[in-house]
Amino acid sequence: MTDSVRKTVRDNLKKRYRAERYFRWFGVISVGFGLLCLVALFGDIFSKGIGAFRQTAVELEVFFDPDVLGVSASAEEAKIRTANFDGLYKAVLRERFPEVTTRGDRRVLYRLLSTEAAFDLQALSMANPDLIGQTRKIWLLADDDVDMYFKYGRSGEQVGRLSEAQQAWAEQLIAQGAVKTRFNTGLFTNGDSRDPEIAGVKGAVLGSLFTLMVTFLISFPVGVAAAIYLEEFAPKNKLTDFIEVNINNLAAVPSIIFGLLGLAVFINYFGVPRSVPLVGGLVLSLMTLPTVIISSRASITAVPPSIREAALGIGASKVQVVLHHVLPLAMPGMLTGAIIGMARALGETAPLLMIGMVAFIIDPPSGVLDPATVLPVQIYLWADSAERAFTERTSAAIMVLLVFLIVMNGLAVWLRSRLETRW
Amino acid sequence: MAGINTMIDEGRTQDDVAPLTAVEMPRQESIDENYETVGSPLLHNPLVKTRNVNVFYAEKQAIFNVNLDIAKNEVIAMIGPSGCGKSTFLRCLNRMNDTIDTCRVQGDIVLEGQDIYDRSVDAVELRARVGIVFQKPNPFPKSVYENVAYGPRIHGLVNRKSDLDDIVEDSLKRAGLWEEVKDELEGSGTGLSGGQQQRLCIARTIAVSPDIILMDEPCSALDPIATAKIEELIAELRENYTIAIVTHNMQQAARVSSRTAYFHLGKLIEVGETEIVFTRPVHPLTEAYITGRFG
Repeated sequence: MTDSVRKTVRDNLKKRYRAERYFRWFGVISVGFGLLCLVALFGDIFSKGIGAFRQTAVELEVFFDPDVLGVSASAEEAKIRTANFDGLYKAVLRERFPEVTTRGDRRVLYRLLSTEAAFDLQALSMANPDLIGQTRKIWLLADDDVDMYFKYGRSGEQVGRLSEAQQAWAEQLIAQGAVKTRFNTGLFTNGDSRDPEIAGVKGAVLGSLFTLMVTFLISFPVGVAAAIYLEEFAPKNKLTDFIEVNINNLAAVPSIIFGLLGLAVFINYFGVPRSVPLVGGLVLSLMTLPTVIISSRASITAVPPSIREAALGIGASKVQVVLHHVLPLAMPGMLTGAIIGMARALGETAPLLMIGMVAFIIDPPSGVLDPATVLPVQIYLWADSAERAFTERTSAAIMVLLVFLIVMNGLAVWLRSRLETRW
Repeated sequence: MAGINTMIDEGRTQDDVAPLTAVEMPRQESIDENYETVGSPLLHNPLVKTRNVNVFYAEKQAIFNVNLDIAKNEVIAMIGPSGCGKSTFLRCLNRMNDTIDTCRVQGDIVLEGQDIYDRSVDAVELRARVGIVFQKPNPFPKSVYENVAYGPRIHGLVNRKSDLDDIVEDSLKRAGLWEEVKDELEGSGTGLSGGQQQRLCIARTIAVSPDIILMDEPCSALDPIATAKIEELIAELRENYTIAIVTHNMQQAARVSSRTAYFHLGKLIEVGETEIVFTRPVHPLTEAYITGRFG
């Protein structure tokens, strides 16, 4: 190498290293930007939603007055069930604030507690009828406006519709230590509600679970069978090329189209009831199917041909080659693809709006034929609600959805590492 | 045989031979469509009889008019430069080419009086009779035991576990692998060394007791010691099986085979006793190849 050549190489070397440095920096900045977005998103959701996991309760001295209730302790269960517990909690409030006398003021006063308070008192009395006629200190669920005021409003933030009079009463209770926050179990055990303080995600979680179950049970076997046929058995000709192109196109079709298709075919033509997880699962499996087929085909292609030859060479039939050798080796990849498809289906909202899963449903579903809604639709519904307390519940529901997703992805990783064959 | 070995060992190995394209072929050595194989391609009472075999990949013809007989319990080596069609021809003998969509086979390939490309012949059954060992060791990613037991199991050769155990042990012994793996039959087949893997593949093939074993360059991915073991194994297996071996390695052909067939650009040029082909080749192309003028 002559000196001039070496000099050229050395000069170029500097340029090359500079380009590499730029490239590396570009990569670091890209990753950093991605992480920043993620942190901002999670941080925002977390800071908004964390409050929803705690809920305000008010402690009041409750005299289970037989006169107000209209039943005595010895009454039979059915009688106690229909007793006037609604009147009872109102009477308790009247007693607590004797200075409130006018009808209008009292109506405002009653709104310090959730209407759920009556059901809590009913449940207590049903469990223990001896309470009737006695006095107990009991923590009762506060109204969502009181909840908001206690959690955020006292620092001066304008958060709710609590009137000045109500604020004064609330302050009075707070001064006596009769207000606290406790863990919000209702968020996980209740269905949807118009009252934020008793609205929960159980219905949506179960709805999502049933819907995904249907989706998986349909799209995985059908998708894998289609992939195996196309990869291993189908002749390579114009028709199979055409099918392949269409599967790829199908994967890119906007999901709302699948919703319309589901509405027209499953509900209007086949008469499947609307709003149920079955029809939701059917629609989502149509949507997931192309993803499953494409990823399954990819993992089948990744099985080395030498394994097929080995099996064929000792006289295995085509089906035996596929079932004994190709499928076990391709299974981890297929499952991963299917679960990625499932994760997409879990977050899907648009097609479900078309088939009525956006309805307001209070009771959690107990099967695939009960009307239900799903998590993303629940988030959409809550985000649309006026009450301030729904804002934090929306974020809480998003957190539940994210946990759901993380669990599913974790499952995918676990399955893959379990089924993977070591070479 | 020893004489041949030394002769070839002292000669140039195929690695330092110039590629085929670099050599200007003498005019009189080129061969036309109506060529005739020299030597003794046909035999009395052969096990396998091939007549006028032509093989096409789509429009491209890979094998031209091959006539070759294979006798029972012989080891026939197929040699020739890269791309000469020897592997293609070998894979016709158990219809492995069926798996390639564009591949067409014309002519007759007759095994014990039965045309194996006849519609009544099941390729699955044929491959149980004509086993194959591939270039790259390809054990299943399962245990050693499962690798060997797979063939007998799918063909329903055994009903009892103990019979299967016997077949596995016997096959591994015949393949000369038993002593090395008998304590870890449940270990993964892919965890063995390259040479062991190839012997495992041979054990897997003989577990279904085929009549013929095809070997498609079985040693080209192995080191010399593993190669020597496989060659010893072939010498033992010839007592019970008919073996057709494709090899790139002329010394190997000389060591293991009793007959040698030389292929050139899809044509079967010369067939004869190995000793004769290597010492007194008749055709100029054969001579050019074995003396290392092209590879």
